[in-house]
Amino acid sequence: MSGDGIIIELGDVSKEFVVYRRAGRLRRERVVMRAVDHVSLTVGAGELVGYIGPNGAGKSTTIKMLTGILVPSSGLVRVAGVDPQRRRVELAQRIGVVFGQRSQLWWDLPLIDSFDLLRHVYRVPAARHASNLADFVSLLEMAPFLDTPVRSLSLGQRMRGELCAALLHDPAILYLDEPTIGLDVVSKARVREFLASINASRGVTIVLTTHDLADVERLCSRLVVIDHGRVIEDGTVASIRSRYAGWRTVVVDLEDASAPPLVVPGATVERVDGPRQWLRFARDSTTAAAVVSSVVAQARVLDLSIEDPDIDDVVTRIYTRSS
Amino acid sequence: MLPRRRTVREWLHLYLVLAGARVRADWQYRTSFVLFTITQFAITFLDFLLIVVLFNRVSRLAGWSLAEVAFLYGLSGVAFFVADVFVSQVERVSVYVRSGRFDSLLVRPLGPLFQLATDDFALRRAGKLVQACLVLGVAIAALDIEWTLLRVAVVAMAIVAGTVIFSAVWIGGVALTFWAVEAQEVVNSFTYGGNYATQYPLGVFAAWVRHMLTFVVPAAFVSYYPALYVLGRDDTLGLPQSVRFLSPVAALASAMVARWLWSAGIRHYRSTGS
Repeated sequence: MSGDGIIIELGDVSKEFVVYRRAGRLRRERVVMRAVDHVSLTVGAGELVGYIGPNGAGKSTTIKMLTGILVPSSGLVRVAGVDPQRRRVELAQRIGVVFGQRSQLWWDLPLIDSFDLLRHVYRVPAARHASNLADFVSLLEMAPFLDTPVRSLSLGQRMRGELCAALLHDPAILYLDEPTIGLDVVSKARVREFLASINASRGVTIVLTTHDLADVERLCSRLVVIDHGRVIEDGTVASIRSRYAGWRTVVVDLEDASAPPLVVPGATVERVDGPRQWLRFARDSTTAAAVVSSVVAQARVLDLSIEDPDIDDVVTRIYTRSS
Repeated sequence: MLPRRRTVREWLHLYLVLAGARVRADWQYRTSFVLFTITQFAITFLDFLLIVVLFNRVSRLAGWSLAEVAFLYGLSGVAFFVADVFVSQVERVSVYVRSGRFDSLLVRPLGPLFQLATDDFALRRAGKLVQACLVLGVAIAALDIEWTLLRVAVVAMAIVAGTVIFSAVWIGGVALTFWAVEAQEVVNSFTYGGNYATQYPLGVFAAWVRHMLTFVVPAAFVSYYPALYVLGRDDTLGLPQSVRFLSPVAALASAMVARWLWSAGIRHYRSTGS
C-alpha cells in the first residue's frame, strides 16, 4: 500500500469502444463510444465506497479497469501500488472480486472444496487459510451448508460463499458488482452486516456498485455517482442528500380524521390520507421544531414522525439533472 | 510482498489439484462419465475399422501396407488425443467470453490458458487415447522394424512434437475466436481435419493439400515424416532427407505462432471487453 493511504487512483481515465452500426444494406458505420469519460478519482485505504449510476453509465467498465480486466484507452490507473494493465496477475493477488451474477465457485463440488482449491490458486499458507476460513464460516454462518454442492445452494447461501471465496487470500481491496441482486431481505441484511464488519475489523477497502440504494445508505461512507461516463457527484451520503433534497417531511396523525389540510408557515401539505397528513418543508426556510409547534397549536396530534427524503428520490434527481 | 514464482513442480501440483477437481466433479455423474468414455473408444475404433475395410479391397494405399498405415494412424492418434485430453478444452473460450465468465478468469492470479485447460479437463476423452495407443502398439508388433536408438528417439520425438503441434493449432485457432466467435468451425476443420489427414500417407492427397500439411499447418511432421524414417521409405514429395528430423522445429515454430496469436487475442479482449 502506498504511504499516503491512497489505494485506488484514477487519473483522467477514459475508455472508448468501437461499435459498428448498420448503415444501409451492407455498409457498417464505425462509431466510437466513450463508456468512461475523463474520470479522476481517488479512494483511500479502508474506505467503503458506493459507486452508483444508471444502466450503461460506465460503472462496470470502471470496475473492469480497476481489476485489470480492461485496459484504459487513456489516463492513469493505479491500484494497490500496481498498474493493473501491466501487472494483472500481481494485482489479482491483492484484490477480491464478487460479480453478483457470475460465480467464482466450482459448481459441482461441495462449497468447502472451492475454498480449498482457492488456497492453492492464491498460495495462502495453510495456517492463515484455516484461521480466515474459520472466521468467515462463523461470521457468514456457513457451517450448515459447507458440504453441499454449490449448484444446490440457495442464492443467499451461494452469495455468502462468494464473499468468503473473494476474501480468503487477504485482499487489500474488495470489489463487489451488484452483491445483493436477487437476495431476500434477510440475506441482504446479512451481506451488508458482513461487509461493514470486515471493513471495520480487517481494514479491507470496499468498492461496490449497486442499484439497491439501501445498500449505499446502510453501508457506504462515501457515494460516487457516475452517468454518461462522467463522475457527477462525489461525497458523503448526507451531504449529497442535503444538496439534492434539501427538504424534510413531518408526518402527523390527527385525532380528527376529517380535518382539512393544515396551514403551516414555510411548509406545504403534500398528501392527506384520513387522519394522516404529510407536511414538507425546506430545511433552509424553517425548522422541524417550528413546523411541529405550529401543527400542535392548531390540532390535537396523536402521533408524529420526521422523515428524510428517500435515497431513491435523491438519486432520481441527480440522474435527471445530469441528463 | 508478492510470493515468489512457482517452480515447475508447483505448477504440476496445481495442475493436478485443479484438473483433479474437474474429474471429481465429472465423477458425480459417473454413469454418463463411463458411457461417454466407452462410446468414444468405440467410435474411434470404428474409425480405424474403416481403414481395415479399405484394405480388404486394395492391398496397398499409395504404396503403404495396412500395418504401415496403422503405424501412421497410431502415431498421429496418440499425439492428437494427448492434445485432445489436455488442451482441446481451451476451445470453450468462446462460451466463457459470451457468458462473461472469461472476466472471472482474468481476476485470478493465473494465466487464462492454464485455467481453461484445467477447468474443463476432460478425462472422459481418454477413451480415444487408449484406442490410438492400442493401434500403435499392434502396428509396431506387426511391422518388422529394426529398432535402433535413433528410431526410438524419432518416434518419441514425433509424439511430443505432434502433441505440441496439435495443441498449437488448437490454441492459435481458438485465439481467433476473440475476434470472431464463428471462427470456431474453421478452427475445427484444422484440428480434427489435421488429425484425419495425418492418419493417411501424404501420397494419397493432391499436391496442394500435401503442401498445406507441410508448410502451413505442419501436421505432416506429426506422423508422416517421422514414419518415413522409421519405416525406411522414400518421400513422394521429394523433400530432402533432413525433413524427417524436423518435427521439433515445426513444433517450436507452431508453438511460437500460437503463443503470439493467443496473447494478441487476450490483448484484443482486454481492449474491447467482448
